[in-house]
Amino acid sequence: MTNRILFIIMLVAGLTAPLYAYPVFVMDLLCFALFACAFNLLLGYAGLLSFGHAAFFGGAAYITGYVTKEWGFGPLLGILAGAAFAMVIGTIFGFLAIRRQGIYFAMVTLALAQIIYFLALQMPFTGGENGLQGIPRGQLFGLIDLNNSLSMYYFVFAIFLIGFGIIYRTINSPFGEVLQAIRENESRALSLGYDVDHFKLLAFVISATLAGLAGATKAIIFQFAALTSAHWQTSGEVILMTLVGGLGTIFGPVLGAITVGALSHELSAFGSWVQVILGTIFVVCVMVFRRGIVGEIQRLASRKQG
Amino acid sequence: MSMQVIMAQALLGLNVGVFYAMLSLGLAVIFGLLNIINFAHGAMYMLGAFIALIGYSLLEQWFGISLQIGFWASLLVAPLIVGILGVLIERLFLKRLYDLDHIYGLLLTFGITLILQGLFANYFNVSGTPYPGQPESLSGVVNLGFMYFPTYRLFAIVFSLVVCFATWWVIEHTKLGSRLRAGVENPDLTQAFGLNVPRMVTLTFAFGAGLAGLAGVLAAPIYSVSPLMGADLIIVVFAVVVIGGMGSIMGAILSGLALGLVEGLTKVFYPPAASTVIFFLMVLVLLFRPAGLFGKEK
Repeated sequence: MTNRILFIIMLVAGLTAPLYAYPVFVMDLLCFALFACAFNLLLGYAGLLSFGHAAFFGGAAYITGYVTKEWGFGPLLGILAGAAFAMVIGTIFGFLAIRRQGIYFAMVTLALAQIIYFLALQMPFTGGENGLQGIPRGQLFGLIDLNNSLSMYYFVFAIFLIGFGIIYRTINSPFGEVLQAIRENESRALSLGYDVDHFKLLAFVISATLAGLAGATKAIIFQFAALTSAHWQTSGEVILMTLVGGLGTIFGPVLGAITVGALSHELSAFGSWVQVILGTIFVVCVMVFRRGIVGEIQRLASRKQG
Repeated sequence: MSMQVIMAQALLGLNVGVFYAMLSLGLAVIFGLLNIINFAHGAMYMLGAFIALIGYSLLEQWFGISLQIGFWASLLVAPLIVGILGVLIERLFLKRLYDLDHIYGLLLTFGITLILQGLFANYFNVSGTPYPGQPESLSGVVNLGFMYFPTYRLFAIVFSLVVCFATWWVIEHTKLGSRLRAGVENPDLTQAFGLNVPRMVTLTFAFGAGLAGLAGVLAAPIYSVSPLMGADLIIVVFAVVVIGGMGSIMGAILSGLALGLVEGLTKVFYPPAASTVIFFLMVLVLLFRPAGLFGKEK
C-alpha cells in the first residue's frame, strides 16, 4: 500500500519536474537513480557487492555513442545496443566473479571493471581522456526530435520507468524471493535445492544490463560519453547513493541518487572538497546510518504501529 | 630485440613488483587477522610519499618549523605516522564493524580513501610533485656487469625485499609471529590463553598501514608524488591478491614480485597491454584455480 502511494508521488514528481527544475539536471538524476536501482538489485537483494558497475554504466555509454555517431543508429536502437553490450560483459564478469565470494567478489569486479576503463582510455574510437564527443540525439522513431529538451526529458523518464518497473517486478517475483534467501543464508538456499550460482549470475546480468541502460541514456542526453563514467570512482558513487537512500528498499536508491546528485551539484564549486565531503558521508553512513533514509523511515513507521 | 632491453625492463618490472609485494603483504596481514580488505591501502601509500615530501621541503613554509626530515629519517617517520593513523582508524571505526558483514569494512575504508585523496588534491597538483630529497649516495647508476641501472632503484628493490622477507620471517619463525598466527586461527581461544587479541588486531592494522606508508616513501623519488598515485595502484594490488590468494604471507610476496615482472616484460613485447595484463591473468586464475595460486580451497 505505501509502495503504491510512493510510486504515485514519484510518478507525479517525475511528470511535473520540468515545470520547476532544469530538465537536463533532472535527466542526469534519473539516470543515476536507475543506475542505483540496478545496483541495489544486486547488493540489496542478492547481497553481492559489485565494485565494478561503472564498467557497465560507462561502457554502454561508449557503445551507444559509437553506434549512433558512426553507424547512424537512432537514439532508441543506440541505447538498446549500449544495454546489450552491458549485458554481454555483465554475463562474462558475472560468470567470473561469482566464483569467489564476499570481499573477493568485490575485488574481482573492481579489477575486471578496470579492464573496461583502460580499454575506454586506449581504444582508437573512444577519444582517450577527452571521452567520446559529438553524439547525436537524433529523432525518436524518426518522428520526435530529441533536441527538444522536453521531448528528451519525457523519453528519459519513460526509460527510467521501464527500468524501475523491471527491477520492481524482479524483486517481487519468486526469483526475487530466492535471491533474498541466498542473501540471508546461501548454504541453506543451496541445501533447499536452488542452483545458487545460476540465480546469482542472472541477478548480476539483469543488474548490469539496467546499469548499462542508464549509462547509454546518459550518453544520449549529454551527447558525450565520459571517461569518468567508467572509472571506479563512479562505482563508488553508486554504492554511496544506494547506501544513503536505503539498501534493499525499493525507493531508497532513487532518493539516494537525488540526495547525492543534488549535493554534488550544490558543492561543485568547492572542487576537491566534494570528494572529502562524499567520503565523510560514506563513513557516517557505514558507521551510524546503515539503514539509509528509507530504511530509517520504515523503522520509525513500524515502531509507531507496533 | 636486444637482451639488454629485456633485462632492463625486467629489472624495472621487479622494481614495480616490490611495491606490489609490500602492499599485498600488508593487505594479507590485515586480512588474516581482521577479515577486512583495506581499500585505503593505496591512500596510505600516497600518504607515506606525501609525508616524505612535506617533511623534506614544506615544514618551514607550512608550519614555520625550521626542520628538514631527510630521506633516511622519512623511512622511519612516515610509516610511524601512517601507522598511528591506522591505530586511530581501527580504534575509532573498524572496531565497531567486526560483527557486521565484512563488506562494511571495505566500504568504510573506501570512504576514508576519498577523504584522504580529496584532502591532498586540494593542496597538491594532481599531475604530481617531484620529491627532491633523494640522497646523494643513491644517485647515479651502478654497473651490473651486463647493464647500467639507477642506484636508487636498485636500493629500493633490495630494501623492499629485505622488509618483505623480514616480515615473513617474523610471522613464521618467532614467538610474536606464532601468537599472531594463533590469533588468526582462533581468536577466542587465543584470548582465553591470556593474549590481548584486540590490541594485536590494532597493532596488526597499524603495521599493515605502516608498510604501505613505507612503500610510499620508497616510491617518492621514483614516481612524482601525487594525490592519485595510490588510486589505480590499489586496484592492481587487489588483482595481485586475488591471483595469489590471501592464504599465505609468502604467497602475497611472491605473486607481487612475479606480477611486477610480468608487467615489466609486457611493456617490452606488447606495450598497450601493460596496464591490463595483470587483470587478464586474474581472469585466467579465476577460471582454472579460483582460490588463487597460494590460496586454500574451501
